[in-house]
Amino acid sequence: MQMTGADLIVKLLERQGISTIAGVPGGAALPMYDALSKSEQIHHVLCRHEQGAGFIAQGMARVSGRPEVCLASSGPGATNLVTAIADAKLDSIPMIALTGQVPLSMIGTDAFQEVDTYGLTIPITKHNFLVRSAKDLLTVVPSAFRIAMSDRPGPVLIDVPKDVQNQMVSFEEFPDVVVPDTAPVFDIAAIEEAAKMIEAAERPVLYLGGGVIHSGAAHMAVTLAEQSSLPTTMTLMALGAMPMDHPLSIGMLGMHGARYTNYVLEEADLLICVGARFDDRAIGKTAEFCPNAKIIHIDIDRSELHKVKNANVAIAGDVGQVLSELLPRVKPQLRKRWLSHVESLKGRFPLAMPGVDDPRSPYGLIHAVASCLDDSAIITSDVGQHQMWVAQAYPFRRPRQWLNSGGLGTMGFGFPAAIGAALAAPDRTVVCFSGDGSLKMNIQEMATAAQEDVNVKIVLFNNQSLGLVHQQQSMFYGKRIMASRYERPTDFLKIAEGFGMRAVDLDPAANPRAVLAEALQTRGPCLIHATIDPNEFVYPMVPPGAANSEMIG
Amino acid sequence: MSEQNTNLSEFIPDVPEHAGFHKVVLELGVANHPGVMSHICGLFARRAFNVEGILCMPVGGGDTSRIWLLIFEDERLEKMIKQVEKLEDVLYVNKHDGEHPVFGRLDEFFQ
Repeated sequence: MQMTGADLIVKLLERQGISTIAGVPGGAALPMYDALSKSEQIHHVLCRHEQGAGFIAQGMARVSGRPEVCLASSGPGATNLVTAIADAKLDSIPMIALTGQVPLSMIGTDAFQEVDTYGLTIPITKHNFLVRSAKDLLTVVPSAFRIAMSDRPGPVLIDVPKDVQNQMVSFEEFPDVVVPDTAPVFDIAAIEEAAKMIEAAERPVLYLGGGVIHSGAAHMAVTLAEQSSLPTTMTLMALGAMPMDHPLSIGMLGMHGARYTNYVLEEADLLICVGARFDDRAIGKTAEFCPNAKIIHIDIDRSELHKVKNANVAIAGDVGQVLSELLPRVKPQLRKRWLSHVESLKGRFPLAMPGVDDPRSPYGLIHAVASCLDDSAIITSDVGQHQMWVAQAYPFRRPRQWLNSGGLGTMGFGFPAAIGAALAAPDRTVVCFSGDGSLKMNIQEMATAAQEDVNVKIVLFNNQSLGLVHQQQSMFYGKRIMASRYERPTDFLKIAEGFGMRAVDLDPAANPRAVLAEALQTRGPCLIHATIDPNEFVYPMVPPGAANSEMIG
Repeated sequence: MSEQNTNLSEFIPDVPEHAGFHKVVLELGVANHPGVMSHICGLFARRAFNVEGILCMPVGGGDTSRIWLLIFEDERLEKMIKQVEKLEDVLYVNKHDGEHPVFGRLDEFFQ
């Protein structure tokens, strides 16, 4: 067979099962776009900014669990992708970023729209490639997919100079479609040791992270909890792994976790950490986190073991495979005393949700949205107060129901990720909880949402401020409010309509619940606007750097 | 909120002030292509982990290279090695004592 590098790229993507690509064209990517024009399998979603394309690909990948693709040109196209790539790295999301590059002979000459994309993306990708010959694409593209989805998933970038895209390449047959590598082999003796520790513990806690979702192991984690009576806490990335209303769920831990959750952890004598990485937002001051607990740490990434906290038993393996070996070795146990103590802490120090019955307050609006939807809906969020309120209060009940930017905390994530989720799961309703600060960071993708007619609803918590910054300045910087209030209001309804998106406003509605229900149940993109009091704060709050026991509120 | 928290700022873990004097030699087998050195050096630089010496030459047919690193050991070394091992282009990492002869005769070129 003989074809150009660009045609070969498109063929290899097709063979890997790619049916949607999000991107923005530009000079150095034009051969790839020309090749895409000939593809009957791949639908190209034209984004309004490359960062939007990166987050749309992420949204698709977070729903499908397999690598999805974004595409940009050289120079500013590539630099605009950088934030979305870094975000995928920190949340371990499989993604392939394809970028055009100036021709090989011009690399290093400060050519028009030249930037060292390879150099820029070294620390924010799982791996990256600069392709110097079209025939290398035969190995590079399959390798990129294999790397992105094997072990701990992550983003892989392929930078392709324009002349390499145009170069003819001859080959006998296409490389095989790649599947993930076999997960690392782990030591059964360590599993037996872990089972003994679980059996011997009096006050064990199960601590689930995003790895449980990536590995498709949520049901096994829930079984382990049930079998051994383990109160179970989830990180921001793991919400949905165990249904929020499960009797063993003690909700999200950390900076904005409920008081009782952090108190339960304080008392634990054994912490079973599965697919989590002891992030500072989750554990607070390292030395004072679970001060009395032995630790079992299960993670596919060996470098996470003993990184922040030393584990008594550390198992490097796929959490699903490890749990399937662990389950038959863990004796069923009913820990009446411990569970009733956890229950009493929950009763004394519950998550306070003031205003939960009022749809014009943060918790009330979240509950009003949830009551219009079932578990099939996908929920995304941006970053800030609204994100924490949703994480605390939304009744997540299944894995991959909740998509948010956990590690990098990228404002502007939620809306394009929601578009991606809707493209990957067109039959589902996708709701993006956003704030006025976050939404503005990728608001141009309203045009993309309207163009693709995706079933995405933005629920906008508008407090005309950068709420979490405002909150921290109020709490920790002597109420000196600096650069966190927007002086001039923005008319979001007009903006949405200007982009061709429907918009409804809950503020003037006599019956906001009815307006909300109608908007959520009508197919197509829609902005749902609600004004929120800027003096509503997220509580409890652990001051940054303090121990989780030092919660305020 | 209470003023007592005004002084709290983000908790930044201390970088060890000095790396100690115990030297370690790391031997890395890597894929041989432009960019590998950037991947490896970036990991050390980001963590302010001082690399005292670097040697790199292709081995065998040139598909792979061997990199020798001379570093001062500190408590983060084992974590550092795990990060290096994670790189796609790194095939293996061996740890040797600082007295390993590979850097021994180089002194005369640095007089």
